[in-house]
Amino acid sequence: MLKIENLQARIEEKEILKGINLEIKPGEIHAIMGPNGSGKSTLASVLAGREDYEVTGGSVDFLGKDLLEMSPEDRAKEGLFLAFQYPVEIPGVSTTNFIKTAVNEKRKYLGQEPLDAAQFLKTMKEKMKLVEIDQSLLSRSLNEGFSGGEKKRNEIFQMAMLEPKLAILDETDSGLDIDALRIVANGVNQLRSKDNAFLVVTHYQRLLDYIVPDFVHVLYKGRIVRSGTKELALELEEKGYDFIKAELEKETV
Amino acid sequence: MEVINNLTKAFASQENPSSPLHEFQSDNWKTFAGLGLPAIKHEEWKYTRIRNAYADNLVIATDAQLSAATLSAHQLPGTDHANRIVFLNGRYQAGLSSFQDDSASLVVKPLETAAGDEDAEFVNLHLGHSQKYHPDGINALNAAFAAGGVYIRVNKGKSLNQPVVIYHFTDSSNGYAFSQPRILVNAAEASAASIMETYVNIGGGESLTNEVIEICAAQDAVLHYVKIQNEGAKSSHSGTTHIRQLGKCLTHAVTLTLSGKLVRNNLNMVMEAEHGESHMYGLYLLNGDTLADNHTIVDNAMPHCFSNELYKGILDEQSTGVFNGKIFVRKDAQKTNAYQSNKNILLGDHASANTKPQLEIFADDVKCSHGCTIGKLDEDALFYLKARGISEQKAKALLLHAFAIDILDQIQHEAIREYADKLISERLSFDF
Repeated sequence: MLKIENLQARIEEKEILKGINLEIKPGEIHAIMGPNGSGKSTLASVLAGREDYEVTGGSVDFLGKDLLEMSPEDRAKEGLFLAFQYPVEIPGVSTTNFIKTAVNEKRKYLGQEPLDAAQFLKTMKEKMKLVEIDQSLLSRSLNEGFSGGEKKRNEIFQMAMLEPKLAILDETDSGLDIDALRIVANGVNQLRSKDNAFLVVTHYQRLLDYIVPDFVHVLYKGRIVRSGTKELALELEEKGYDFIKAELEKETV
Repeated sequence: MEVINNLTKAFASQENPSSPLHEFQSDNWKTFAGLGLPAIKHEEWKYTRIRNAYADNLVIATDAQLSAATLSAHQLPGTDHANRIVFLNGRYQAGLSSFQDDSASLVVKPLETAAGDEDAEFVNLHLGHSQKYHPDGINALNAAFAAGGVYIRVNKGKSLNQPVVIYHFTDSSNGYAFSQPRILVNAAEASAASIMETYVNIGGGESLTNEVIEICAAQDAVLHYVKIQNEGAKSSHSGTTHIRQLGKCLTHAVTLTLSGKLVRNNLNMVMEAEHGESHMYGLYLLNGDTLADNHTIVDNAMPHCFSNELYKGILDEQSTGVFNGKIFVRKDAQKTNAYQSNKNILLGDHASANTKPQLEIFADDVKCSHGCTIGKLDEDALFYLKARGISEQKAKALLLHAFAIDILDQIQHEAIREYADKLISERLSFDF
């Protein structure tokens, strides 16, 4: 589904990604872990198409297409979804209208008929249950005055509505209490299928108690330095990132 | 200047020594003759070359006809039952005006009539008050032609069932047409009214409107005012809306500027009684070469008054927005709360915004704030929308509409609010 080869990117003059290789197949959940500043969020942003980052090398194939050549909106319509670490507050834009527009833009792109009001409402009600989100939240302006947990739940709700093929969760667990974490994870687990895939970017192992990954990768200084199964996450949690750093230094010596 | 000769001739031809307004008009003519037209070296007119609008080919037409068909073609949607006041080339047209509220609530008559009947005392007391705030040539020039104006009284304790919609038609089919409407509103004690003004250039030529509307709101009055400007790129406008709070009351104004050549709006809230409340909202959505200049004044003379002001601008292509917001807090106006904000989004590479808050505070126990921003669309918000599959163009429209909506939401009359929203959505290619 997604094949990243030797991806390099920088912001202004600072190189952040220094050659990432990663392949994700349908039905898989991959976790990217790593200390602060290792490039986790940069990878998520580059994949979603944020223009602040300049890709300086490598390639990304998404469902047989060159992802890096696509605009952010086309990536989304092709089935890529980024759950933002910091969802943006947009006063004056109703959450419901926004989601309806997004859903129908995607349908149009895929050559499907737009959902009418009744169909949309029905889908919305179903998905709302999934992430335990309240109607009153959706009638407000997009993320305006939402708590941290509400913003993250709204991200997962949008994901549920847009039914992406690949969802990237950028530190979705940050700032969440345990109940919100459980709700978010529960939403992800219910949306999981053999046809879609998830890339979970996180600093801590705790989210992975709820969203169990097939593969765990450790990102450090812009490179994936370790890959393994979910046990790697547990080892990291136990020993901390210093253990990886120490091991790496041993190797280079 | 040929234009001055033409104005002189026009003034002489309409002079009527037996009119009760004669003295007012001729005094003002003398003032105009002394001051002339404002020049850009005049600080108040720094960005707005109003003098250029007074070209030599300006025609001061009086004899024009407006058909019922033209009138209904330009009627604002949803206002079939509104009280309608029609001006043509700056002169009140009683025959084309119509009223739904009865005369126990609403009285409308030529200003000249009001100046000679039971309203004469009111007219003498209040007509021309705006000149204290705008002692310039064009305010005086309008006053010199005040005989064509209208007087509106909303009676004590009456709430109008319908808004008063004032249509200003300028017929430019015979050349560069000049209109000078004059309006005096008497919103009596505990009355409630909604007044709207809109401008239409018929004839396809150039036009210039130089308007003065003076509104007096008495104790416990509630007065809503909306000005919609969408006359097209060939029309210039300078207008003063002067609102005086004579007693504790609520006055609320919304100004929308969507097109025009050179547009200057003065809006004054003169708060002369304790516990007054005033609101001023404005939206200018400009493109092409349009220049829109909003000058506002809040004058707090008495304690415990509240005012809130928010003006927003979206400036595309090579348009120019000017905002100047003065707030005076006089020595006795303790416990004043006055808020002001002006926000601009520049879309065009050659668009510009000039904004200047100007607070003059002489009392020591007040809360006043002001702020202004000039910027581009929020890149983070734009990316967030695009990352959900919304196209760049649609995402921009969505954000701009969201930026504008809190001004539109201030329009109380539902049909007019929807109409304004439709105009703005069309301009932004916003469709939801």
